[in-house]
Amino acid sequence: MNFGQQARNHKVDSLNFSEEQKMILESARSFCEDTSSIEQVRELLDSSRGYEESVWAQLVELGWTGIAVPERFGGSELGIETVVPIVESMGRSLSATPFISCTLSAQILLQAGSTDQQQRWLPRIVEGQIATVALLDNEDWGAFSTTQELNDELVLKGEKWFVDDAVSAELFIVLTQYQGNARFVMVTRNQLEEGAVQAHALIDETKRSARVDFTGVSVSAEAILVAEDTSEILNDIKLIGALLTAAEAVGATSSCLNLMVEYLNTRKQFGKLIGSYQALKHPCVDILTKLEGARSQVYHAATLFEEGQGKMDRDLEVACRMAKASANDALLMAGDRAVQFHGGMGFTYECDAQLYIRRAQWSQQQFGESAHHRKRLAPLLLSL
Amino acid sequence: MNTDADTLTAFRQEVIAWLADNIPEDPGFLLPLTFMEVGTEEQLEFLIAWQRKVYDAGYLGMAWPEAYGGRGMPQVYQDIVDEELMNHKAPIIFNTIGLGWAGPLILQLGTEAEKQKYIKGILTGDDIWCQGFSEPDHGSDLGNAQTRAVRDGDDYVINGSKIWTTHGTYAKYMILLARTNPEAQSKYAGLSFFLSPMDVPGISTSPIRKITGEYGFAQTFFDDARIPANCLMGNEGDGWKLAMQTLQYERSVDGGQASTYKITSMTSADLIETCRTIQRDGKPLLDDPIVQDQLVQFIMEERNLLLNQKRSSIQDLCTDYPLSLMLSGKLEATELFRRMRQYAVSLQGAKGGLYIHDNDALDGGIWQHAYFNNFSATIGGGTSQVQTNIIAEHALGLPK
Ligand SMILES: Cc1cc2nc3c(=O)[nH]c(=O)nc-3n(C[C@H](O)[C@H](O)[C@H](O)COP(=O)(O)OP(=O)(O)OC[C@H]3O[C@@H](n4cnc5c(N)ncnc54)[C@H](O)[C@@H]3O)c2cc1C
Repeated sequence: MNFGQQARNHKVDSLNFSEEQKMILESARSFCEDTSSIEQVRELLDSSRGYEESVWAQLVELGWTGIAVPERFGGSELGIETVVPIVESMGRSLSATPFISCTLSAQILLQAGSTDQQQRWLPRIVEGQIATVALLDNEDWGAFSTTQELNDELVLKGEKWFVDDAVSAELFIVLTQYQGNARFVMVTRNQLEEGAVQAHALIDETKRSARVDFTGVSVSAEAILVAEDTSEILNDIKLIGALLTAAEAVGATSSCLNLMVEYLNTRKQFGKLIGSYQALKHPCVDILTKLEGARSQVYHAATLFEEGQGKMDRDLEVACRMAKASANDALLMAGDRAVQFHGGMGFTYECDAQLYIRRAQWSQQQFGESAHHRKRLAPLLLSL
Repeated sequence: MNTDADTLTAFRQEVIAWLADNIPEDPGFLLPLTFMEVGTEEQLEFLIAWQRKVYDAGYLGMAWPEAYGGRGMPQVYQDIVDEELMNHKAPIIFNTIGLGWAGPLILQLGTEAEKQKYIKGILTGDDIWCQGFSEPDHGSDLGNAQTRAVRDGDDYVINGSKIWTTHGTYAKYMILLARTNPEAQSKYAGLSFFLSPMDVPGISTSPIRKITGEYGFAQTFFDDARIPANCLMGNEGDGWKLAMQTLQYERSVDGGQASTYKITSMTSADLIETCRTIQRDGKPLLDDPIVQDQLVQFIMEERNLLLNQKRSSIQDLCTDYPLSLMLSGKLEATELFRRMRQYAVSLQGAKGGLYIHDNDALDGGIWQHAYFNNFSATIGGGTSQVQTNIIAEHALGLPK
């Protein structure tokens, strides 16, 4: 038989970690440890915004809201590869801020906005105004069309679902149908009707997301981002979203695993530490394996972002999708086993395992669950 | 020695050109995919000749010192050769126990005399090596090995038995773990390590038939076998330490091998080809979305291996569980390949029930054969279960 030669594409194993990324990872980890202890996370569970405004202010002060924004708009002009270690650290501490929403909003503006539009909105995001993206009409991350409408009089009609951090957002970038094309349009909070934002009751109580009704909002022509063909941009943004969510999930998986290991090293039954039982210890190694693989995938994707200076190509798409699918699976297993391995304690609201199993359910759906990505990887990997 | 990108690219081209001219033609008999599968004289002769050819071309032991027969070059040269051997699916470099385990161990911890005596023969393939660690009653619990070595004048007298000895029937030397002091404080402290000749009276081997139906490994018997006292490596009582270091090489936790090309991989690319070949309902199996999904999962795992390897050299990305990537490579790779091969057999319909001797077997039954043989890697060198224990205890810090 004529077996195919190994693909010798050297990009498939690109993985670097720059000094910059290292410094950012270190400071992000310590920042998140300081500002988001598990007690703080719990205190915020039933707050409306889900985060501490003072923490957000510090984060803005650190320059993170502008980290992947060009200098001319007040940012530090680094790439998504430097956002990854920040988000990973946030996931590790279950810190929920509107950071991902703001990052994605800035990326849409960079790709779809005119210079004027960028000049107008980006500095506001860099300075810490909360921005978010309103992409979905329903629960389907695979959808590329929208029934949301902007009519010829420039009045919006329709609602958007799963608008993250809508409760605190000042700026919304809305995917809407305008003169036959899907377009992005900017809406500010003061344009919304009273009661337009209806918070979803999320399974992950650290996160915030809402249904937002934009019906009746009238916008100016300048608020419509100039890019007329948005399908590629939308694809890019969803992939960046998938990567960032993956990085966050990787962080959460590792703290979830630590929680388990700690319990397995303290709880005794039958006169022995339960961690000595292979029925518990071997699944922990499985989780570790999944975690390590996902983390490699995430930093591989980050590396490709750096190498291609943010340009999305086939390899990067593969990397983002693999990162998300791997990270989903790692966190799902970790959250699930964390509950089981705590016994009766694991079934309580008080046990921190609940925070992780809930995060896992939320996180897997954000920007697509594993099967969603595998389905899209098939044509990319199998030369169908 | 130059390691800039252009020099290395040129070197890679040179290797590729050499391989194009020198990879032997199909000998007309089944070639072993791994060093553990060598089972016939014709395979053995073929592989000795091939190793010699690679060595003479300067492509083996490139990073070993010149004084002992190596080439004294940076490791990256050997890595390039190994990569290209793999990419070209060249026959394996089979003397692995010498090239990959005993050789690096001797270079790291051996005396000058030991280096002079053993290293060159390992590289040329003149001296085939085997490993005498496992015993019939002590496998995973290697520290309990009971084969006895008793000092008598200028000799040690060996009694007992080793088993699963790969290359045992061909080998000139054995790395042997034996008990010199049964009364030592711990079971580990009583063990010693020998670089033992195989051709002395009292040592005999008996081939064992494998799951595949072929021969390949052996049981080794020691019946008052006398070996010179200077075969002891290090001091009495150093056996466990040296055996553990050997396993570091065997499990690829440590580098320094003369070549790491000991296995022709059956990769996801091969699996995809197979799915393209097999027809179901008039269409290639590759069109089936369920098959596609499984293939994608395999490819992702395969890529994890590659990426983990890259990441393991970036310390700042390994601070959480510093030992984890190093310790888990063997487990992950061997288990992934086992599952891929098992899956490949499952796709063959009724032909999945045919074996290598059947002319109608798909691709000569290569997947069936490779699936069976894969267990040599999930059992040998520490079983997957034992590897999992090691990772749990050493990387995660879980209790014994
Ligand atoms: C093809 C092949 C080639 C080999 N070549 C060599 C060689 O050249 N030289 C050499 O010395 N040895 C060689 N071996 C031997 C190999 O190292 C041993 O087979 C291996 O260490 C397992 O030991 P065992 O066979 O005694 O199995 P056992 O240790 O009896 O294991 C039986 C089962 O119990 C499980 N088990 C054992 N202990 C534990 C534990 N603590 N926790 C959980 N599960 C456990 C094992 O995983 C396995 O599934 C080879 C083996 C194979 C298959």
